[in-house]
Amino acid sequence: MSTLVIADHNKGELAGSTLSVIAAAKSAGGDIDVLVAGKDIGGVAEQAAKADGVNKVLAADNDAYGHDLAENLSLLIAEVGKGYSHLFASAGTVGKDTMPRVAAMLDVAQVSDIIGVQSEDTFVRPIYAGNAIATVQSSDSVKVITVRTTSFDPVAAEGGSASVESVESAHDAGLSEFVSEELAESDRPDLAAADVVISGGRGMQNGDNFKMLESVADVLGAAIGASRAAVDAGFVPNDMQVGQTGKIVAPNLYIAVGISGAIQHLAGMGDSKFIVAINKDEDAPIFQVADYGLVADLFDAVPQLEEELKKVV
Amino acid sequence: MKVLVAVKRVIDYNVKVRVKPDNTGVDLSNVKMAMNPFCEIAVEEAVRLKEKGVATEIVAVTIGPKVSQEQLRTALALGADRAIQVETDEDVQSLDAAKMLKAVVDKEEPNLVIMGKQSIDTDNNQTGQMLAQLAGMPQGTFASEVEVEGEKVKVTREIDGGLMTVSLNLPAVVTTDLRLNEPRYASLPNIMKAKKKPLETISPADLGVDVAPRLKTLKVEEPQPRQPGVKVESVEELVDKLKNEAKVI
Repeated sequence: MSTLVIADHNKGELAGSTLSVIAAAKSAGGDIDVLVAGKDIGGVAEQAAKADGVNKVLAADNDAYGHDLAENLSLLIAEVGKGYSHLFASAGTVGKDTMPRVAAMLDVAQVSDIIGVQSEDTFVRPIYAGNAIATVQSSDSVKVITVRTTSFDPVAAEGGSASVESVESAHDAGLSEFVSEELAESDRPDLAAADVVISGGRGMQNGDNFKMLESVADVLGAAIGASRAAVDAGFVPNDMQVGQTGKIVAPNLYIAVGISGAIQHLAGMGDSKFIVAINKDEDAPIFQVADYGLVADLFDAVPQLEEELKKVV
Repeated sequence: MKVLVAVKRVIDYNVKVRVKPDNTGVDLSNVKMAMNPFCEIAVEEAVRLKEKGVATEIVAVTIGPKVSQEQLRTALALGADRAIQVETDEDVQSLDAAKMLKAVVDKEEPNLVIMGKQSIDTDNNQTGQMLAQLAGMPQGTFASEVEVEGEKVKVTREIDGGLMTVSLNLPAVVTTDLRLNEPRYASLPNIMKAKKKPLETISPADLGVDVAPRLKTLKVEEPQPRQPGVKVESVEELVDKLKNEAKVI
């Protein structure tokens, strides 16, 4: 067997999620090549070549792939992917968008959002918002897989010395065009990969009050997340949503502030190592998953938390 | 323009899921079922396009057992004009669902297909993209804004880093995210009227699709429960435990 991993990258850097996808691919066995597609991605390809366990990097540097348009990327992946038994991508928005098109093109099923690899054809994945865990076996000749990256420890970013080959083919399906993007600018760690996440919910009451969480996040070097309720209410943008259909996080420490703990939210953070809940409603379901629960008014507790943390961090 | 909306019958999002004791799946007997929440958003968007005068006809389609007609009646009560049920008791996986929807698209020739980005049962997030590929259409997945402009549709998408807007040639597939709209409730008079709207039933064989699952579910288990935690009395105690017990700060 042989695996093609589709790399994620951002602003000219290889995304950490790719190192976890490589780890998942490794546990399935076989040689691993990495495809880096985009515009001006030479540096990303060099980084991918250094990742542990990579055999070869294929770099497709073309305008057609510049904005991750699924119509174009899927054509490239299907072409480059010929001959591989496994195609692995992260279950981020690019992988979710693109890989089902690839699977349909190859007339094979896709196994989405895997959290475990049992063998080269058998994978473990959450269903029903993580309230059930399914083990599924694929009988297709090519396995198209997306990976929940928080479930796999990344391979080392350094130490490998794979070759880099360029892929010349330019696929522009001519069906779609990029118009614009509004990306969140932040110096904080990436939400999906952060060691510490502090999230706010409906109890925050408005977007301004998230500044309190920012102050705590500054002390801890944390990323900031939110529940669906806080995003729907317009307190914060969509890219901060943690949950079944938002970002999946599994930090060492997750602090839930003013979040009741709907199952859809728990699906996005339930694998965190330590969970802290601060909520004034002692019956809030979040306390059932919290390692440490504090029943308190968040407007008193959060500023205090910042002060206490400053003393010890 | 004609809009096709695909909807799915799933477990109600408020229901606590129970895994069957024999680990073959999730227990759906005597459980409240409903339209998948993302499909409700899809129906709502289609209805809004009709209210704006952009859409002229809305066709709702579902794939599933006979009882899934309930969800089609809901779509009709919300504003769909007619409905198609592909009736099957089989476990229809994403690729087969996409093939059936492709056959419906060939027959109906809609200008726009709107569907949920994922169903909250299997959480696959695949069918819309697969349909788009099979039908040779572009796709605007995870949509938070949809605007039809002549022969194109502009879709703002929720992506990991924020928002991205794309312009797609029509016909196209749009999959809905949470912020696209807030679905309305069906009014009683509209529920009554929906009973008289046309609902056509066809079989997968009528569409030339052989339902053949490629993925075999070997077992379904409960997730590992978390160890119960403790309540702390004060912020000081919390910080002390984080530092000295959990050692995470």
